Amino acid sequence: MQNNRLASLLKEAVLTFVISLILFGPISGLVLDGFGFRNELGRSVTLAAIITAGRVLVSLAGMSEIGKRLRSRLTSSNSGVTVNTGQERSPLLPLAVLFLAGLALPFFADKYFLGIAILALIYCLLGLGLNIVVGLAGLLDLGFVAFYAVGAYLLALGYQYLGLGFWSALVIAPFLAGLFGMVLAFPVLKMHGDYLAIVTLGFGEIIRLVLNNWLEFTGGPNGAPVPAPTLFGLEFTRTAKQGGVPIHEFLGISYSGDYKFWFIYVVLFLVVCAVIYAVHRLRVMPLGRMWEALREDEIACRSLGVNHVFTKLSAFMLGASTGGIAGVFFAVHQGFVNPTSFTFFESALILAIVVLGGLGSTVGVVLAAIVLTILPELLRDFAEYRVLVFGILMVVMMIWKPRGLVRLTRPAFFPSSHSEAGIALRLEPQTEAGR
Amino acid sequence: MKTPILEVQNVTMRFGGIVANRDVSFAAERGAITALIGPNGAGKTTIFNCITGFYRASEGRILLNGRNGPQDIGQLMTRPITGGSHLVTRAGIARTFQNIRLFKEMSVVENLLVAQHLATRNNLLSGVFRTRAYRAAETEAVDRAYFWLSQMNLASDANRLAGELPYGRQRRLEIARAMCTSPALICLDEPAAGLNPSETRELSEVIQRLCAEHDLSVLVIEHDMGLVMRIADHIVVLDHGEVISDGTPDSVANDPAVIAAYLGVSEEEVTA
Ligand SMILES: Nc1ncnc2c1ncn2[C@@H]1O[C@H](COP(=O)(O)OP(=O)(O)OP(=O)(O)O)[C@@H](O)[C@H]1O
Ligand SMILES: [Mg+2]
Repeated sequence: MQNNRLASLLKEAVLTFVISLILFGPISGLVLDGFGFRNELGRSVTLAAIITAGRVLVSLAGMSEIGKRLRSRLTSSNSGVTVNTGQERSPLLPLAVLFLAGLALPFFADKYFLGIAILALIYCLLGLGLNIVVGLAGLLDLGFVAFYAVGAYLLALGYQYLGLGFWSALVIAPFLAGLFGMVLAFPVLKMHGDYLAIVTLGFGEIIRLVLNNWLEFTGGPNGAPVPAPTLFGLEFTRTAKQGGVPIHEFLGISYSGDYKFWFIYVVLFLVVCAVIYAVHRLRVMPLGRMWEALREDEIACRSLGVNHVFTKLSAFMLGASTGGIAGVFFAVHQGFVNPTSFTFFESALILAIVVLGGLGSTVGVVLAAIVLTILPELLRDFAEYRVLVFGILMVVMMIWKPRGLVRLTRPAFFPSSHSEAGIALRLEPQTEAGR
Repeated sequence: MKTPILEVQNVTMRFGGIVANRDVSFAAERGAITALIGPNGAGKTTIFNCITGFYRASEGRILLNGRNGPQDIGQLMTRPITGGSHLVTRAGIARTFQNIRLFKEMSVVENLLVAQHLATRNNLLSGVFRTRAYRAAETEAVDRAYFWLSQMNLASDANRLAGELPYGRQRRLEIARAMCTSPALICLDEPAAGLNPSETRELSEVIQRLCAEHDLSVLVIEHDMGLVMRIADHIVVLDHGEVISDGTPDSVANDPAVIAAYLGVSEEEVTA
């Protein structure tokens, strides 16, 4: 037994060494020197040795007791979904603490960190919106950034042409983005899911190209300015520009550019909390259930009288609306919009958030959004490898955790106390105990 | 005589060159169990799909005499914009599938709640703010779900994932789910496939009880002749897409054309 293990370990080590030698040989073993090569095979041997040592260590760790337990834990949690027992403690207290901590963040954070926090919250919003479409309803949307752009440009162009402010844009954006979503999706929702992915991909590009090329209206690549937010006529600029009173004059304090970001952060935080609550409710509401049922089996849904086109449409529109709201916040935070913020890469990033978060899990999406926005900031030095790291992360996820980082749970339902089944069910445990 | 709940009139279904059903006509009586039998590939599932609104019959007419008077299935499906198979369910026809189609990653109760989406409050705002009407409708739906679960002996599995249930229970859950749409006619496609003899017996009792106690008409496709002979009031036999026999279990069992179709005897020998 012991011998056997040793032999297999040795075999593995030799195999790893040979493969890495083959890989590293030409890459790091041959160095260009003028017009010829210089042999530096020693380097590749060292690299291969390091890799082999690592491989052996991993195998040894896997053979130890702790490693075995860890592995069985990792593989067993793969199965994904569980149903609640209905006896979970309500997480109200930690949630309240989190909420207050989130609200108080501006008092502790510096301007740089607050900027990142705002960005993270915007991606939370985008992730939550796309999560409705992809995670709950199972419709692949590759052009989600289009609705983000609709929201952002609504504020910029609405201010320029119609004199819309931050608040009116915030109210109109979900409807406008939802309308765009409806016009786009209605013709294709009757078809199979793959068509929707292609159409949305195209739509995302069309919106970007229109914004880029319709110079007279959108300002083209030069972008468009966005007004600063206001609060009941109070403004956050040094001098009043929108016919109100600057807030520092109103309160009699000295001017600071930070007030604007504090304000944006607090409003955004409240909106994100409201959206989280709404999405959380949706999962136990008939509409959300129908979305998930559609994702599971469309034909069965139709056999139960669910209008699949309208149900999908509602998911698509609600997702788009959330994207539109995120766009307004993005615009007001940047103070300026231009088409380069709305490329396909952005759509892919939002999709990565949803997939990493675990298709359908609200907590997962929020965590993934925060991690994926803060990580690049912490790893500034590796900025060029960001996409590479994303790619590796996605591949690793799909292999080991295809259901996302956070385990999904389903709500439990119990009959009301005055129904027959309810009485029978409450009697049951007693008889069981009596046996 | 009572009007039949379902009338299939001269239905022909073509898939390109293949004729799956040719000139099929039969009627399902109200409050009775009608069985549809025939060898593999006879076109039973195809006619089911026409009845439940998943296919539009190439020719012919299917009439449902449900709660809202006579309704043409074909018209429900082709109604502009809002039309589709879901309207057929809303008119009162529920169905199960030959290959079980549950929402596997949702709990058993949720499966039944989806089926009741017409009875619950689907309004977004009422759900987010949990209005009183919303809560009342939701409680009622959960109670109805538990009612059907206990009718099918599934109440102990209520808060499990549907995909985790044993096969026989999944079959019963599918029937319970169909019943939650409060249908007038339920169409069961091979409900006993893959069940063991005791489960099959239990199932036949369930079907008979549905019919007797819940004012329901049943149309069932089944290969298990024992089950069919035991529960059916009326049998329709299909072969090669055509009706070859139609009548009471006794008359069908003794019909030479049926025996020939099942035993594979050639036409000449039957007429001879
Ligand atoms: N969508 C389709 N396209 C083309 N041909 C089809 C289609 N559906 C069914 N058919 C054909 O119609 C015929 C009848 O099929 P059907 O599924 O109705 O048989 P069945 O009586 O239900 O058989 P079984 O007892 O095996 O379930 C078969 O020859 C089948 O190949
Ligand atoms: Mg069949």
